[in-house]
Amino acid sequence: MIDLENVAYSYGGGELLSDISLKLAPGSFHFLTGPSGAGKTTLMKLCYGALLPTAGHVRLFGADVRGLDRDDIAVVRRRVGVVHQDVQFLNHLSVTDNIALPLTVSGRHAEAAGGDLGELLSWVGLTNRADALPPELSGGERQRAALARAVIMSPDVVLADEPTGNIDWDMSQRLLTLLIELNKMGKTVLIATHDLSLIRATKAHVQARVLRITNRRIQLAGADL
Amino acid sequence: MKLDMTSLRALFVGDRHADRVVPPSGFTAQLTLFAAAAMAFLAVFALALSLAAGRLAERWGDELARSATIRIVAPLDQRVAQTEAALRILETTRGVASSRALSDAEQQELLAPWFGSELALDTLPVPRLIEVIEDADGMDPAGLRLRLAAEVPGAVLDDHSRWREPLVKAASRLRLLGWVAIVLIGAAVAAMITLAAHAALAANAQVIGVLRLIGATDDYIALAFIRRFTLRALSGAVAGTVLGMIAMMLLPSTSEVGGFLTGLGFRGAHWLLPLCIPLLAGGVAFLATRGAAKRTLRELA
Repeated sequence: MIDLENVAYSYGGGELLSDISLKLAPGSFHFLTGPSGAGKTTLMKLCYGALLPTAGHVRLFGADVRGLDRDDIAVVRRRVGVVHQDVQFLNHLSVTDNIALPLTVSGRHAEAAGGDLGELLSWVGLTNRADALPPELSGGERQRAALARAVIMSPDVVLADEPTGNIDWDMSQRLLTLLIELNKMGKTVLIATHDLSLIRATKAHVQARVLRITNRRIQLAGADL
Repeated sequence: MKLDMTSLRALFVGDRHADRVVPPSGFTAQLTLFAAAAMAFLAVFALALSLAAGRLAERWGDELARSATIRIVAPLDQRVAQTEAALRILETTRGVASSRALSDAEQQELLAPWFGSELALDTLPVPRLIEVIEDADGMDPAGLRLRLAAEVPGAVLDDHSRWREPLVKAASRLRLLGWVAIVLIGAAVAAMITLAAHAALAANAQVIGVLRLIGATDDYIALAFIRRFTLRALSGAVAGTVLGMIAMMLLPSTSEVGGFLTGLGFRGAHWLLPLCIPLLAGGVAFLATRGAAKRTLRELA
């Protein structure tokens, strides 16, 4: 699905990531960990075409990102659900409208008004917050709304960048449960986090591989986690 | 962004959902509307000025070009003889379609504004006037002057060009000025809309970022902004144009007698011309916003 081959990325001066090779197979569950500033977010951005690698190749659904124009990238993003730590919404639209936004912008208005939306809202536990505006939501509610928005297009891949960074332990567990459920439905999941206890808690439920970024390179972490 | 039929249709038919992705922007929206209306109002006057100046130049150029006047300034006893001599010369002059001496009554009418109608013309050495109408080829005034000088010493040819040319020139200049004003107004609308669109795009960078993240294409995002600004400029310009046209209608109309300036209003089919102003304003706004959106989007991931 997402395929990185000897990828390097440098910001202006030094190289942040080098010689990264990574294959996200359909249905796999990966954690990406490493200290702050190690390049977790950069790696995520490479995975959804927000950044182009300075060396090597990134293939999204078989196509090299360098060969994609801006519209192709937009279409790729409809197949990749992204959840950020500081998730952003359109603050003048209700939670429901925000969650349905990916359908709206891809011209599928009918589905945006359909019953699946209600089901999705209850899955993330936001049914009674449906008409609220995003600034009125708590941190946990924002993350769950972001997750609902990320999966409404039924993407093949869900990328979550520190999804639990701003929320407490119980809420993290709840969010993670949702991600595990998605994975069991066949979605590829990649979660960037520095929270090792979260990784441990997950491993009990799902076969997750842990990737660690150290010294600009990516390593498969040992079984000690 | 491609300017094809689909995007044009989307521009006018609109997409209720797409419109909503751009947050409402109360105060600046009013400003854009106001500026578009004010510009359209001014454009109506600039257009009226151009058209009136054009009419003036045409009238002066046309009517006066084909006529000339000969004044016979002679003692009363020679006046009739010299008038007849001049008329004979005119009959054999190439380029003269017709010529006739004005009657006493006509001359009295011409002088009435200055001397009153009770004046007895025959007691005064008033020069006799001969009206000369040229044919399409026109005559040679210099040649005619020479012949007149030889045979009719008291004849003075006035072919009107002396005072006609600067007038026609002034009117043409005025017309040019009017068009320059219209072009400047159009450019000012473009600049104003570009500024407003840039401000809106910058203020909504977060919205655009979210839309890109969830898979909106550049065209989709751009069109949402383009629609908003095009419709805003269009409706502002409609209001300004209508007000301008009402103002033109309320101008006191000059009668034909005092119509030296032909009146500043629109005539006949020219009333349809200002209706193009809103369309032009909309077109200018469309292009300006499209340019601004394109530039902004290119800088985003």
